Amino acid sequence: MNLTLKVWRQVNPATKGKMVSYHVTDVSPDMSFLEMLDVLNEQLILDNDDPIAFDHDCREGICSSCGLMINGIAHGPQQTTTCQLHMRSFSDGDVIDIEPWRSGGFPVVKDLVVDRSAFDRIIAVGGFISAPTGTAPEAHSTPVPKRDSDAAFDAATCIGCGACVAACPNGSAMLFTAAKVSHLGLMPQGQPERDARVLTMVAQQDAEDFGGCTNIGECSAVCPKGISMETISRLNHDLLGALRAGAVPAS
Amino acid sequence: MSLELFSVGDPIADTAAPTDVPIGERWSERKFRARLVNPANRRKLSVIVVGTGLAGGSAAATLAEAGYKVKSFWFQDSPRRAHSVAAQGGINAAKNYRNDGDSVHRLFYDTVKGGDFRARENNVHRLAEVSTSIIDQCVAQGVPFAREYGGLLDNRSFGGTQVSRTFYARGQTGQQLLYGAYQALERQIGLGNVETHPRTEMLDLIVVDGRARGIVARDLITGQISTHFADAVVLGSGGYSNVFYLSTNAKGSNATAIWRAHKKGAYFANPCYTQIHPTCIPVAGEYQSKLTLMSESLRNDGRVWVPKERGDKRDPRDIPEAERDYFLERKYPAFGNLVPRDIASRQAKNACDEGRGVGPNGLGVYLDLTDAIQRLGRPAIEAKYGNLLDMYAQITGEDPYATPMRIYPAVHYTMGGLWVDYDLQSSIPGMFVIGEANFSDHGANRLGASALMQGLADGYFVLPTTIANYLADGPFEKVDETHPAAVEARQAVQTQTEKLLSINGTRTVASFHRELGRLMWDLCGMERSEESLRKALDRIPELKQEFWTNVKVSGEQGTFNQNLEHAGRVADFIELAELMCVDALHRNESCGGHFRVESQTPEGEALRDDENYAYVAAWEYTPDGTPPVLHREALEYEYVHLAQRSYK
Repeated sequence: MNLTLKVWRQVNPATKGKMVSYHVTDVSPDMSFLEMLDVLNEQLILDNDDPIAFDHDCREGICSSCGLMINGIAHGPQQTTTCQLHMRSFSDGDVIDIEPWRSGGFPVVKDLVVDRSAFDRIIAVGGFISAPTGTAPEAHSTPVPKRDSDAAFDAATCIGCGACVAACPNGSAMLFTAAKVSHLGLMPQGQPERDARVLTMVAQQDAEDFGGCTNIGECSAVCPKGISMETISRLNHDLLGALRAGAVPAS
Repeated sequence: MSLELFSVGDPIADTAAPTDVPIGERWSERKFRARLVNPANRRKLSVIVVGTGLAGGSAAATLAEAGYKVKSFWFQDSPRRAHSVAAQGGINAAKNYRNDGDSVHRLFYDTVKGGDFRARENNVHRLAEVSTSIIDQCVAQGVPFAREYGGLLDNRSFGGTQVSRTFYARGQTGQQLLYGAYQALERQIGLGNVETHPRTEMLDLIVVDGRARGIVARDLITGQISTHFADAVVLGSGGYSNVFYLSTNAKGSNATAIWRAHKKGAYFANPCYTQIHPTCIPVAGEYQSKLTLMSESLRNDGRVWVPKERGDKRDPRDIPEAERDYFLERKYPAFGNLVPRDIASRQAKNACDEGRGVGPNGLGVYLDLTDAIQRLGRPAIEAKYGNLLDMYAQITGEDPYATPMRIYPAVHYTMGGLWVDYDLQSSIPGMFVIGEANFSDHGANRLGASALMQGLADGYFVLPTTIANYLADGPFEKVDETHPAAVEARQAVQTQTEKLLSINGTRTVASFHRELGRLMWDLCGMERSEESLRKALDRIPELKQEFWTNVKVSGEQGTFNQNLEHAGRVADFIELAELMCVDALHRNESCGGHFRVESQTPEGEALRDDENYAYVAAWEYTPDGTPPVLHREALEYEYVHLAQRSYK
């Protein structure tokens, strides 16, 4: 099939960007979306044009380096990562808009590449269980009910791609933060730091340039791993619990 | 073999393992004899760690917890994206929770045998010992392993074993283990104990007075080339499967860190030992950019088959039971579908070579879950493998619950890597190599669920002890960017970068990479022969010559330039490919994943030649086009009796 792509081109953070049109021909339906961009990029290189910068790595839907706004939907028409989106989701003659994640918390580096280090900083302040190497007790010393362990796992599958932020009209990072708060808060090992964790992570989220959560739910609807809105309820529950228990808010 | 391809140097030996005590006591003894650094002195010592996968991430976190000044480098935007994240099936540990006869000794034995008797006994035994602590550590960090209704941990089986010792988190075990290490690392970053260098690629090693003292790195956003210094350097930069272009590795996975360290004097061991994983989604077209693995765990419940008749093009569901050949179950009744990877891959290839392959190009065999779905019900299969089957459906557009999956072998892992001793120290003092980047634990074939075990064993438990023994001599004399060794290394990187950008030829970097990959897959892939390897060794220097005169790299040095990154990596892959072929040609025996057609049993199994090849081939780089020098490390088997592997 033949397609028209309208791609966001931006040389660097300081320069203004714009949409640029490209025509791609002979696209196979079995190609992945990123393979289609690979083919375009090879052509651009041979034409002495600057290839389109986009992040990608594992190309199997787990590293979450990739992430594009495709026709205004984070990761495009299928609820999966951009690398797992295949061209069979499109039709001959389609015009496809391709943009980077747009959020104050994710400044553009170049073209479709953004800086998502704010997510790492949210983890660094509290998204962990403090268990220095060598201190661990025998693994079976603490049984974990399967129900809790499965729910923790579901939350822990968050790959940190940032689609939730890109999809949110407020640019909120709530689903990302809530997924980690839920994962660790559901495990018995995560209890000692549970109050402090939610307070510091929410404070850091506020300190980054993300918006507030108003429970719209677009985040969960585009999440490639299907992280549930229930995690946000859980975060709010933990936050209120921590404050009610007398904790001093960190922000 | 002709001497022009390589020359033979002095043998080498691992002198770090305390072989004067029995094997079960060696690691304890090594820990006891290793010198210590007192906590107050640790903050005066710095360590560069390259890579944030299971090995690099766990090492950086643990060293920072211990109080060393850590400088962490990674090329992705976040340390959570290292390719360990993609490991699916599980992690082995000798917990014997199933009460099925497992033990440290059995895990040790299985791993040495699985590696076709080409791994070092001492290292493998330590790995088996440490395995149980890894599970404890990960559970304490909150890794959500699969559990049973009683709240205790579940296990499953992997290839090459008859016990259930694999711990897992659905089909995303690597992701969950990596996030455990990542979170521990982020905690240390938050505490200010780690200097971070995101989106930064190591491009050279700085060696001062015979010791590794720093690296040259390029900031991938600004293009700035800079030098970094420490008392020791740790490489946890992963394997080199992307030599083959198409592999299950991430697109960015590369050999540049280890290859450039090799060119600075680190020996490269067993480069020809590559693992071809039997169960990957087959290639669909010329534009294909990578291959996707379907976890080996699926062979717990999936049955592998092809039609008995050649060229049978019927829908698999229409082929009656009597007309199917479950070739692994037929040939290996004891292990069935769970034979080791090298064996399963070669048998799949044989079936396709016989004309019984399935799918559009005949390069595929079926992996069929029908029996398991009937026996256990669809919900149980979804719970175990849901994410894998979704991925299959997404990529192929076929429903794996309704029709058998098509799979074919693909390059997945490299057992070879930089040579290290028992302390994980390379042949350059002060440079340590961990995880897939080293060669040490898997011999000629890695068993499933052992890579995660090794990465975390090295990073959490082994390196932090052994590196202290080295750092006890430090801090070393201060070195900065004005030191002649640093100036020279940095200048060499600058020159190469400028050269790549100045050629402005007519072929893209990707086209060279594809050609190299195709050549390596055809001539140095699942089967190698003297003829094919000599052909490869004729062609690779030509390709190298063409690359350096006709490649077209776009953009500039001082900007975000992904094409330039790729060019540097492909340049290194071409050189490494040549060494892989020399190694494969010199090793005139078959062992594990290295299958020389000249050396097979009457049944077509790999035939080792222990008399002549029971050694590690450690290659020394020699500049100016002179052939590499082979240093042999003899392998001795005191505890596992050398035998022909049998899984029948």
